[in-house]
Amino acid sequence: MTSMTSMTSTVADPGVDASRPLHPGLNLGPAHGAAHRDAEMVVFGFWVFLMSDLVTFAMFFAIYATAIDATAGGPGNAAITDLASIAMQTGALLASSLVFGLGTVAMKYNEGRAKVVGLLLASLALGLVFLGLEIRDFMHAAEIGAVPMRSGYLSAYWALVGLHGLHVAVGSLLIVAMVAQIGVFGLRADVKSRILRLGLYWHFLDVIWVGIITVIFLPGAFA
Amino acid sequence: MSTNTDTVLKLGEAEHRRELRSYYWGFAGAVVLTAFSFLAALWQPFGPFVAYCGLGAFAVAQIIVHFRCFLHLDLTRQKREDLQLLLFTFLIIAIMIAGTVWILGSLMDRMM
Repeated sequence: MTSMTSMTSTVADPGVDASRPLHPGLNLGPAHGAAHRDAEMVVFGFWVFLMSDLVTFAMFFAIYATAIDATAGGPGNAAITDLASIAMQTGALLASSLVFGLGTVAMKYNEGRAKVVGLLLASLALGLVFLGLEIRDFMHAAEIGAVPMRSGYLSAYWALVGLHGLHVAVGSLLIVAMVAQIGVFGLRADVKSRILRLGLYWHFLDVIWVGIITVIFLPGAFA
Repeated sequence: MSTNTDTVLKLGEAEHRRELRSYYWGFAGAVVLTAFSFLAALWQPFGPFVAYCGLGAFAVAQIIVHFRCFLHLDLTRQKREDLQLLLFTFLIIAIMIAGTVWILGSLMDRMM
């Protein structure tokens, strides 16, 4: 510990209490020195982004709630929801989140580049399983005429589910980017910080998904 | 540098176990609560109204589990800015959702 602090800088630490997290989310911890301290500001900024994204999603939920009866005689919730597929998508997304979490823990405790990359790739694979199932559901909806142009309800449906799917697609691309950065730069301080933030983003998408299954898919079983 | 860093990072085994446990318990809790939600919707032992209430309660519980175990958000240990960010976000969401549902819902009713 002493060698670490003397190597980085001794002045930057006085306000840091090792027992308290610097920011919400997994903290790298004081053992990572400057990478840990610098995370405080950027992770706070990332939380501001996540919370503004949450407001965006909340508005899509609100629009969906107001459009729930605006089916204009077209297919409603029960006609397009396949609960078996939704259950599999939920499982894939939750498992992906767990595996990503284990990857960030492996990164924090220096368990080696191979383990971190392996867990990130497993998380990516599960995310792609989710996307594949969701795209299949969207194609089925389009086949039975439940396209966004059909009714106000379907516009709101495609917008909300599609926005979440788009987030997962972007997250998957970012996992590929992170794996590439680990390959090129190694687990450098800034790469670690990016992976930490991508983890927050990935876990955040699960929270949105819980809202989506509760508001959209499960009530479809009531009809 | 690297050998020193390695020994330093090997410390904190207890914290390591605690953090892994947090992810495993979070995952288990999320799976169980999702299963409850599906059962409440499909089975509906006490009628649709109770099932709706159950869905809402399970969703809130699961969101708390996600925030606590995956996003490590613990309201008692946050710094002031983090807490203010969260509270402000929830305030904005409450105002905007309530306003949207109220006004657009009323508009929808009148046009039906």
